[in-house]
Amino acid sequence: MATKKTPPKRASKKRTASSALPSDITNELILDFYREMLLIRRFEEKAGQMYGMGLIGGFCHLYIGQEAVVVGIQSALEERDTILTSYRDHGHMLACGMDPDGVMAELTGRSGGYSKGKGGSMHMFSEEKGFYGGHGIVGAQVPIGTGIAFAHKYLEEKAVNVAYLGDGALNQGQVYESFNMASLWELPVVYVIENNSYAMGTSTARSSANSTELYHRGNAYGIPGMQVDGMDVVAVREAAKIAVEHARSGKGPYIMEMMTYRYRGHSMSDPAKYRSKEEVQKVREERDPIERLRALMLKKKIIDEAGMKQIDKDVKAIVSKSAEFAQSSPEPDPSELYTDVYADA
Amino acid sequence: MPIEILMPALSPTMTEGKLSRWMKNEGDSVSSGDILAEIETDKATMEVEAVDEGVLGKILIAGDTDNVAVNTPIALILEDGESDADLNGYSAAAPVTRPAAEQVVESSAPAPVSVSGPAVEFVAPESEWNGSFTKTTVREALRDAMAEEMRRNKKVFLMGEEVAQYQGAYKISQGLLDEFGAKRVIDTPITEHGFAGLGVGAAFYGLNPIVEFMTFNFAMQAIDHIINSAAKTRYMSGGQVSSPIVFRGPNGVASRVGAQHSQCYASWYAHCPGLKVVSPYSAADAKGLLKSAIRDPNPVIFLENELMYGTSFDVPDTDDWTVPIGKAKVVRPGTDVTIVTFSLMVGKALDAAEELAKEGISAEVIDLRTIRPLDTETILTSVRKTNRLVTVEEGWAFAGIGSEISAIVMEQAFDYLDAPVKRVAGVDVPLPYAANLEQLALPQSSHIITSAKEVCYRS
Ligand SMILES: Cc1ncc(C[n+]2csc(CCOP(=O)(O)OP(=O)(O)O)c2C)c(N)n1
Ligand SMILES: [Mg+2]
Repeated sequence: MATKKTPPKRASKKRTASSALPSDITNELILDFYREMLLIRRFEEKAGQMYGMGLIGGFCHLYIGQEAVVVGIQSALEERDTILTSYRDHGHMLACGMDPDGVMAELTGRSGGYSKGKGGSMHMFSEEKGFYGGHGIVGAQVPIGTGIAFAHKYLEEKAVNVAYLGDGALNQGQVYESFNMASLWELPVVYVIENNSYAMGTSTARSSANSTELYHRGNAYGIPGMQVDGMDVVAVREAAKIAVEHARSGKGPYIMEMMTYRYRGHSMSDPAKYRSKEEVQKVREERDPIERLRALMLKKKIIDEAGMKQIDKDVKAIVSKSAEFAQSSPEPDPSELYTDVYADA
Repeated sequence: MPIEILMPALSPTMTEGKLSRWMKNEGDSVSSGDILAEIETDKATMEVEAVDEGVLGKILIAGDTDNVAVNTPIALILEDGESDADLNGYSAAAPVTRPAAEQVVESSAPAPVSVSGPAVEFVAPESEWNGSFTKTTVREALRDAMAEEMRRNKKVFLMGEEVAQYQGAYKISQGLLDEFGAKRVIDTPITEHGFAGLGVGAAFYGLNPIVEFMTFNFAMQAIDHIINSAAKTRYMSGGQVSSPIVFRGPNGVASRVGAQHSQCYASWYAHCPGLKVVSPYSAADAKGLLKSAIRDPNPVIFLENELMYGTSFDVPDTDDWTVPIGKAKVVRPGTDVTIVTFSLMVGKALDAAEELAKEGISAEVIDLRTIRPLDTETILTSVRKTNRLVTVEEGWAFAGIGSEISAIVMEQAFDYLDAPVKRVAGVDVPLPYAANLEQLALPQSSHIITSAKEVCYRS
């Protein structure tokens, strides 16, 4: 009898950093994590404030609370790798090195924005940094990311695509169409489910079968999965190294379920009445990824209070500068209305 | 200088709201993320979080205040090193109006104009062919176009259901697997939404996918990726990310396959900026246009017709025959009435023109070949000469290609028209299965003849 493809490995259900840090986690790396996560948080707070002032319009989905996911994953990637995600995309862009000025200016719809003001919060791209959007249709980024992975393989580049998706997006049919093709053709793609417990106002328990183990969703396709504490940046990085290496070495896709949480409403105009204040407060107090890293840094004497204050100040300056740029950058020239529809044949 | 906290707008439509209550008191220290106050918007009760760190120095607007305009300062935060003395001189300022609203009014964007068809300015002239021809079926012409382009460019690949081992559900991809291998001729699962999206991703990254839909009826599963992902991304990315992809397959009515398998999608796709839409009639055009489509850096919808696959036409003997996208063709010159159509209906229009000639009516038949960008110049030139127009399409009239052409001719050549434009189109019902009903539902040469006579005021 023919043997079946090996069943997916079930990596330990919970991956957390033990007190002894893995050897590749240097002090410098920890400091980088801290800077990047703090940059995302401060940037998002600023974006929320600017939305409040009417400088940012439409939908604006903040990433506050989920910072460790993208920062940890990004640290396991190489420059040639690519990523894409949904509309909750500001953190991903900052983490892959896009200029905060250009991101903020796109939020305000100005000519200095990454899409010249024509994309907005949900639609930004940077080929240079390997960032392929910014997608407003729930789940649509998943086959697109699978296609970019297809191109990586076709071009024999040894690059990996990371396709981020929400717990809600995971229920879209096209995701399974992608899982099937990715496994069938052994495409170098890592699917990162950012399980923040909610899709707008619907909890995973109300929307998803077997909702406590979403990382099993690839089982039928032979795709290994793991569930990771997405509030622990070190755990995220260590897990990501396994998944990315798997994809890069030609073994096909990997699914990572990141247990995380968003502190703010779904978008700026969501009062978030579907969960209690206590629930949010508890996560903030017990699991906050930045606070956890701060505690770790102090305990391991990687930095002192004064040093941390300096980083806070530096990050604030970057964010303030981006806010200023986003307000002083001119609106797109009216002639831009008609450009970029077609590429010249 | 203390930091002003402003009354925030917490929804796209909010202009003012109620400051319900303060969650912090004057003198409390605050840090980023702390909840400062609750406000009621036009939709819900929301929390205001602190963005800055310091001490809540002064509350400027007390709790339980109604109608606080967005952007009014509501409190002051003292930063490190500041004291109460820094609060002197501050009192509740006059409400500030929302800047975004002002900008909208002041913005100097030009008034929207109605532009018929996309803004594609230059279409390369069609090349003349003086060499020899070979009778070739549309099926072979399409296959040859793909094979030649795949030889020419390694980034071109074909993907779809049954395209490889089975050689194509309609045998369009015959021999391609043998020549190019499984890496470039790929059988997909029955996964239209998924593989259309995957194709778009590969195109974003610089490959040139040809995605075959077994028929365009099934592309409705994939239309989200065709429009939201392929057509719009170049614009949304400010010109950074393009989708050089071809979506091709049979479109329109086949024969007795019923309503779900018999529909013309020309007007669906032609509606959307960012797409190009091509629908050829002859084999030479099918070949030349498919080659242009594959070379085009934009997403191209290539609508074929199953009933035409086996029809033979003269095709130039060269592997570099291209036909420019965006150029219609006068396939029969005439002086009394213009008949504009595309795809299978070109044949019916030519038959009708033949009959009309016998009755002394000289019909000019235009094969659009490309629906978007539409070659309005060729249509208008003809109408200015004949002063009468009949449009013919297999799809429904409502919001169809004929409707668009009528509007363009009305806008740009109204004074040349000697009769109202007539639209010949599919009957406004889902396509029936019964042989007799199916015939009745579709445009026939007789309808075209009748309509042509009507616009010529002949009977
Ligand atoms: C196809 C589609 N359906 C519905 C929506 C509206 N919508 C936007 S976000 C969202 C919830 C998605 O939740 P999840 O995938 O968990 O991502 P999160 O917002 O938590 O990051 C919905 C229903 C949409 N944008 N696209
Ligand atoms: Mg979610």
